Amino acid sequence: MAMDEIVDGLSEVSCDVLVIGGGTAGPMAALKAKLKNPKANVVLLEKANVKRSGAISMGMDGLNNAVIPGYATPEQYTKEITIANDGIVDQKAVYKYAQNCYKIIEELDSFGIRFLKNENGDYAVKKVHHIGTYVLPMPNGETVKKAIYRQLRRARILISNRYMATRLLTSSDGRVAGAISVNTRTAEMLVIKAKAVILCMGAAGRLGLPTSGYMFGTYENAANSGDGYAMAYHAGAALANLECFQINPLIKDYNGPACAYVAGPFGAFTANNEGSRFIECDYWSGQMMLEFYNELSSGKGPVFLQLSHLHEKTIEEIESTLHKVERPTRGLFQKGRGTDYRTESIEMHISEIGFCSGHSASGVLVDDFARTTVPGLYAAGDMASVPHNYMLGAFTNGSVAGTDAMEFADNHDFAAFDAADVAKERDRVMAPTKREDGIPPNQIEYKARRLVNDYLQPPKVTRKFELGQRRLAEVREDMEQQMIARNSHELLRALETQSILDCADMAAHASLYREESRWGLYHLRTDFPEKDNENWFCHTLLSKKDGKMTSEKRDVEPYVVPIADEEKDLYDKQRIRASA
Amino acid sequence: MPLASYQTFVPVVVDDAKCIADKGCTVCVDVCPLDVLRISDMTGKAFMAYDECWYCMPCEADCPTGAVTVNIPYLLR
Repeated sequence: MAMDEIVDGLSEVSCDVLVIGGGTAGPMAALKAKLKNPKANVVLLEKANVKRSGAISMGMDGLNNAVIPGYATPEQYTKEITIANDGIVDQKAVYKYAQNCYKIIEELDSFGIRFLKNENGDYAVKKVHHIGTYVLPMPNGETVKKAIYRQLRRARILISNRYMATRLLTSSDGRVAGAISVNTRTAEMLVIKAKAVILCMGAAGRLGLPTSGYMFGTYENAANSGDGYAMAYHAGAALANLECFQINPLIKDYNGPACAYVAGPFGAFTANNEGSRFIECDYWSGQMMLEFYNELSSGKGPVFLQLSHLHEKTIEEIESTLHKVERPTRGLFQKGRGTDYRTESIEMHISEIGFCSGHSASGVLVDDFARTTVPGLYAAGDMASVPHNYMLGAFTNGSVAGTDAMEFADNHDFAAFDAADVAKERDRVMAPTKREDGIPPNQIEYKARRLVNDYLQPPKVTRKFELGQRRLAEVREDMEQQMIARNSHELLRALETQSILDCADMAAHASLYREESRWGLYHLRTDFPEKDNENWFCHTLLSKKDGKMTSEKRDVEPYVVPIADEEKDLYDKQRIRASA
Repeated sequence: MPLASYQTFVPVVVDDAKCIADKGCTVCVDVCPLDVLRISDMTGKAFMAYDECWYCMPCEADCPTGAVTVNIPYLLR
């Protein structure tokens, strides 16, 4: 049988803990779950291949948020992230991360991943954030996935590649009971019963359309189509602060980081067309992105990453990192453009929008044990609500999720689900393959994402959002009535398109609910231009109630680390003041 | 309604002379995060079947014979 030919089949398996997503958080969650109870069955389900999946497919240049004794304290870090996130933070989870992450660094070191040390043997931590020092380079960062994969094999984790999870199964009392998935090369369906499920399915990175027009030229790994957000939503879980979009400063057209976190500590900086600095700090925050946006709109753009003033040796060192890890085709791109860092600055622009707690704060609501609001369901990494958690956060919170999920599985039996739910999902998944004629998924996806750019990109205008919702509803109707998939690969794209449209609807709904501006550019509403702490110093939670999308307010938990009044607006002071 | 096929200049290029997919190798097909590579029924060699590339490089980095080259997709070059 040829690959991609559609096979109509359905089978069922069971395990104690099911981890969905084998990028960064997922492998660590699976590993820790297995370590907690070596006799239990742990399944790691992955849409691509665990060896090369997710945001760190080609490794990572370093840790962006390492809290290392002697350089930073958990209290300092918690304070910085709280301020960077405009105060809307449940600090317990951030503080716990900050306390645990050093242990995870030591563990990664024992896996063979090296971290930069100075001549005295101390970690060579660099300053990129506005206040503290947390960036730690990884000299063999290209080997991260390999090192983790070795650990998975050693622990005998059951890995199922090329299965896309489509929906969670829940019991009548709302507990998680497993997941339904589909093989991306045969379209055969697999039901996985599980006592606990951990979602590690990455950002919603295929939401906005890159300005290059190339659908897969996204900032995030383009496989991250927001499936985890959609699944959590349909299972009844609450999603937090989705209006706090991810928007990043990237190499124009290439759409990857330039990358100021690597080059900044060596003296590179963001400059306008006059060659002047205009932001105090290159750390990615909504407030920084607002200044970036203002500079571009003011006529002082284009904006550049400036490094031609650096010494030859320094530039060589920066190149050897940028052109080797994370997005190694950066080198090829710059060569094609004739951009030599020695003589020319790198033209930057603003990325498409997405959801991602790894960089901002839009994610499935989790507590400090990575528990979602659905019993037995966990989330970690870019899709879970712990803000600004980056790669080390994915590893650390994945570790927390794995341990707690196994404890849950040890104390619970399988939850019962309704067989009719499986039949209904099978019909939904296979529907595009049953049509003789219709619209291919790539056209529906393109149109939905073009509408996201036209109507949902900040600055957010109420009237535009309402029009956007109407247009998106029309596309949804086309998707539900007319989308066609002629083979299992097209079916994969068709299912991803459904996640993308769900995320677009959530992005619009959440943004209209919060009637203020917050997080700089991420939630800049022209009809409500001011920050309104009196009415909106709160989380917003979006969830599905009686089949309808609803939003509600939720109090910010009392701080563990107090923030003084004069510290609260430190991230609002990003623009460099003109000096006399 | 009839569907038209759409011309596109694919970013991933495979050197047939070096590719050993006809000897059973499937490394590039296995590792691609977007699952866009396939083995041709006609030539027995790997090729880019779907223009959905993140220009990320695992196919090129993991190919045991150096047969795969990732180029930047034309639209963003």
